[in-house]
Amino acid sequence: MIASPETLLEIKNLYTAFVEPEGTLEALEDVSFKVLQGEFICLIGPSGCGKSTLLRTLAGLLPPSKGEVRLRGIPIRGPEHAVGLVFQQPTLLPWRTVAENIALPLELRGQPLAERQQRVAELLEMVGLAGFEATYPQLLSGGMAQRAAIARALAQNPEVLLLDEPFGSLDALTRERMAAALLELWQRQQRTVLMVTHSVDEAALLADRVVVLSPRPGRIIDIIPVRLPRPRDPSLLLDPRLQSVVRELRQALKNGELQGNGRNSQPKA
Amino acid sequence: MGWRDKKINRLQNPNPLLYLLSLGLVLLLWQGALLALEDSARKFILPTTAQVVTRFLRLVVDGSLLQHTGVTLLEMGLGLALGTSTALVLGYAVAHSQVLAHLLEPIIVTSQAMPVVALAPLLAIWFGPGLVSKVVVCALIVFFPILVNVSAGLSHIDNGFRQVFRLLEATRWQRFRWLEVPAALPAFLTGLRVGGTSAAMGAVVGEFVASSAGLGYLVKQGQNLYDTPLMFVAILTLTMLALVTYGALGLIERRILKWRSAGKT
Ligand SMILES: Nc1ncnc2c1ncn2[C@@H]1O[C@H](COP(=O)(O)OP(=O)(O)O)[C@@H](O)[C@H]1O
Ligand SMILES: [Mg+2]
Repeated sequence: MIASPETLLEIKNLYTAFVEPEGTLEALEDVSFKVLQGEFICLIGPSGCGKSTLLRTLAGLLPPSKGEVRLRGIPIRGPEHAVGLVFQQPTLLPWRTVAENIALPLELRGQPLAERQQRVAELLEMVGLAGFEATYPQLLSGGMAQRAAIARALAQNPEVLLLDEPFGSLDALTRERMAAALLELWQRQQRTVLMVTHSVDEAALLADRVVVLSPRPGRIIDIIPVRLPRPRDPSLLLDPRLQSVVRELRQALKNGELQGNGRNSQPKA
Repeated sequence: MGWRDKKINRLQNPNPLLYLLSLGLVLLLWQGALLALEDSARKFILPTTAQVVTRFLRLVVDGSLLQHTGVTLLEMGLGLALGTSTALVLGYAVAHSQVLAHLLEPIIVTSQAMPVVALAPLLAIWFGPGLVSKVVVCALIVFFPILVNVSAGLSHIDNGFRQVFRLLEATRWQRFRWLEVPAALPAFLTGLRVGGTSAAMGAVVGEFVASSAGLGYLVKQGQNLYDTPLMFVAILTLTMLALVTYGALGLIERRILKWRSAGKT
């Protein structure tokens, strides 16, 4: 099959199992979908269903048991510059300042200092951390640390940005502000984003399409398009159109749980 | 950063006035003890402050204090270098190899319980009464705290950080230089401060066992000759040496670990 020109990522019949001494744990089962260039995709599913596993696979950190992931038609076999990942925790190095943390990917690639500094200044501006370059991450609030982590992932200028519950540990208000900031960032840059979230509201607000996963082993229950006009902002959260999408997502999640309960993971050929 | 830094500073640099006061207190006790002793006993047991000071000046002028201090410092320095480098290499290996860790763990645990100074006489037989036996005692004393700290520091590196470096396709060398070294540095410096401060003890015990120079040798000689002023001078010099080592290592530690004082609660 030839990928259509705007397909950026293609996930094909992905299975992931963790082989442990106590037995095999199946985390993902036959996951297939395509991500188009410039698209914002949200991934939702019950906790432990394999969302992080899927992102780690897309980032090339975890080889799948079966199936494959293609980036512009080329199979991903390991980490690539074109794919950036923001972990659930900010994972900023405590011995480096904010600016030095953001510069890390550039430094590892051996980019000259002057270029690096300019790029870092741009990134700080972009995520709203200008003025905090010399601060150590321990002094940042949760939201600021996560923005620094996003800036670090953007430093290598990835074609697709993977975000693993980036706002998971933030309070509701900060969370909404961060969602707004991310939305604005994405609208300006038109970068491809794939984000895991446990908030259906957030998913409906941000995404072009929402991929709903079943309980473990994660299978795709449904892929729900969000046909709301852009640019969007958090005031849409009260909009009846968005709320009907939220209801649809909740229903899909519930369907997934029901299917999951009726079906114990059978052995596969 | 404000108030916390001030608090730390107050603990580490005591008020100079109080410092002088406590020094005065010690001198006062000394004079009191002198008054309490009989004249004949005083001669053998406790020198006067004046005796110690004159003795100190004489030893400085004829250059022998400097020479003996130099010998002890050399033993400490070489021992520190040998112990630190061996511990770093082995600590890295232990942290990266399960097999080596399991193999060495019982040995390390046992030798940590062993008072290393008890080995000094044996080491004097093996390596002779010269420099080498003291260097080895110092090295052994420095070795264990650094080995334990470094391997623990390396194996406790946050898995999230390791993932970041994998994601960024860091080479083995980059991971070492940008992740492992800075992450294990605090633990290493703690080990170095502990080990470095007790290095003086290693050198002195080594010199007690067999030697012809060094501050420990001076103490021993003072004992043989009932020359208490000499012993006082040597002991006070050793104390200064240990204090300076501790202070210098602490200073290096604070310099290198600026980031640690940033907002850690
Ligand atoms: N490295 C691993 N080894 C073994 N099991 C794992 C590993 N990573 C994840 N799992 C298991 O796979 C399942 C899915 O995990 P994860 O992808 O983190 O879920 P989610 O992010 O959706 O909460 C969980 O049951 C988890 O315990
Ligand atoms: Mg997760």
